[in-house]
Amino acid sequence: MSNMIAIRLTRLVVTVIVVSFVTFVGVNVLPGDPVNALIPIDAQQDREFVEQIREEWGLNDPLIVRYGRWLGDAVQGDLGRSLVTGQPVTDEITHRLPITLELMAVAVGFSLLIAVPLGAFTGYREGRRSDRLVSGFAQAGLSLPVFVTGLILIYVFALKLQWFPAVGWNRLSNGLGPNLKSVALPALSLAVTEIAVYTRVLRSDMIATLKENYILSARAKGLTDRFILFRHGLRPSLLTLVTVVGLNIGFLIGGSLVIEYLFAIPGLGKRLFSAIQQRDFMMVQAITVLITVFYVIVNTATDLVYMVVDPRIRRTN
Amino acid sequence: MSKSSGGTWAPSMLRRGPRNAEQMFPGSSGKSWFGNWFGKMPWLTKLCFLWLILVILAAALADLIPGLADPNYQGFVFGDGKTNEGPTASHWLGTDNVSRDILARLIYGARVSLIFAFSLVAIGIIVGGTLGSIAGYFRGLLETFLMALVDTWLSFPALIGLVFITTMLGMRNLLVLVLVGAVFVWPSYTRIARATALSVSGQDFVTAARAIGTSRKRILVREIFPNVLPALLAYSLVGLPVLIILESTLSFLGLGVEIPTASWGGMINQARQDLLINIWPAVWPAVTLFMTVYSFNNLADWVRTQAATRSAAI
Repeated sequence: MSNMIAIRLTRLVVTVIVVSFVTFVGVNVLPGDPVNALIPIDAQQDREFVEQIREEWGLNDPLIVRYGRWLGDAVQGDLGRSLVTGQPVTDEITHRLPITLELMAVAVGFSLLIAVPLGAFTGYREGRRSDRLVSGFAQAGLSLPVFVTGLILIYVFALKLQWFPAVGWNRLSNGLGPNLKSVALPALSLAVTEIAVYTRVLRSDMIATLKENYILSARAKGLTDRFILFRHGLRPSLLTLVTVVGLNIGFLIGGSLVIEYLFAIPGLGKRLFSAIQQRDFMMVQAITVLITVFYVIVNTATDLVYMVVDPRIRRTN
Repeated sequence: MSKSSGGTWAPSMLRRGPRNAEQMFPGSSGKSWFGNWFGKMPWLTKLCFLWLILVILAAALADLIPGLADPNYQGFVFGDGKTNEGPTASHWLGTDNVSRDILARLIYGARVSLIFAFSLVAIGIIVGGTLGSIAGYFRGLLETFLMALVDTWLSFPALIGLVFITTMLGMRNLLVLVLVGAVFVWPSYTRIARATALSVSGQDFVTAARAIGTSRKRILVREIFPNVLPALLAYSLVGLPVLIILESTLSFLGLGVEIPTASWGGMINQARQDLLINIWPAVWPAVTLFMTVYSFNNLADWVRTQAATRSAAI
């Protein structure tokens, strides 16, 4: 068991190093000179000045040297300075990270709140009209791109009914009410797809679980259906759901990029987007690596949780 | 299904025994195969199937459709059209905010979506299928290396990578987009192909082929790959709607095919600025996109239940 964990953790570190290196190379190989982000256009003609800046930022060193330097600083928590604003990248990330995390957490929480009862219920009513109805809606939800869902919500609830703001963000420090109002529509847009995915996963697991013998014996004891469903059926059926929630973090990261763009939310995804457009390489590098680290950690954690919860997997490994 | 065979059962058949596959397994023969499986679809799946045929035909034959407007023609500029016009005889779905024909843009936009999705599926099957089959059958160091690469690759959120590369690239035509997409499509296909190849390698017919002295290369080509293919095709059907959503998302972010080339996501992005003035330029592409993705999903689900029923019957 501890051996397994060691292997996973080693792989985690290797993945992060590989991805950060690939990003570093990618950022430097693709067209666009970082110097152009550093100095105004009229000064770019001044060869001597450009050369001086390059030397100052260490841009003349070989790629490997620069990567080594970046990695050495990064493990000490120093991600460098933004090429555009000159501010430390770490400051901006700590400023924006809570927004994206809140958005994703609310989306996942809300999806689970809806999807778990829905999935359990449809699994219980397999093949009935209510199951077919919900499954049909789940399939439709799966077919709605995030930005279309967001646009529909903006049109109905922000532009027509004017219950929520269409764009922008109110931080938690501005009060809970305004904060919840600004998180509602973006999180719901992400949640629609998630609800569909989670419901389908839990439904199919629930159908399998309900065919087990211990469900039959619980029923023979005269326990109520609801008790059996949520106390006997739900726990063994949740395993796949846990994995899928972990795996879907990738979807959530991509989705929040789109949603932050659509709702003009000053989160990490929107910053990454603008940083790429401005060729702010230090910022791009830092945010990309951060996202990958987060993604890989969540996936590893999911694997470990899965192993801890289900003894069968521990044994086969 | 022809009228004489299948369907009805006569006692005489018992005496003579089944004469052909059609009588043993009704619906399994090659006779009028289209009518067979199309007839078995639920009505909603039938509609989805017909919709997809329509979209594919329209996209393929867009240039030949008589009377279809030029998707980039701005009538407003030349004084013979209006912006944000409702449906008229010449513009069936109206015009967008720079007076282009919405129907024409929808049809040419379908072309972008479908070419993107289908080429990436083809690339996934060819590249991923080859690499995965080799890894799963030849095993060894190559497999370890390839799968480590795949795992690392998959631990990177694809949309972030796509946004990254497409923004950096100066030129974004369909070919470039497909090539960039291929970078992120091959790992999942490789993983599936390798898993299937592993289980196929253990089957008796592979052992038999080896016993009669077939070379490993020939076994790979003639035994392993043909049996890996169905799994990849099944995955492709699920992957197509995802790829269509991916293309439209990139276009929506302004990172798809360059404007003014029509794409569904790009049309929605352009229309969202004037949502309160005229909602229709956003509604049409959104509905088309949804219906197409939904149809693929519905069809994929139906194929999956069919496959499950068939394997349960065997």
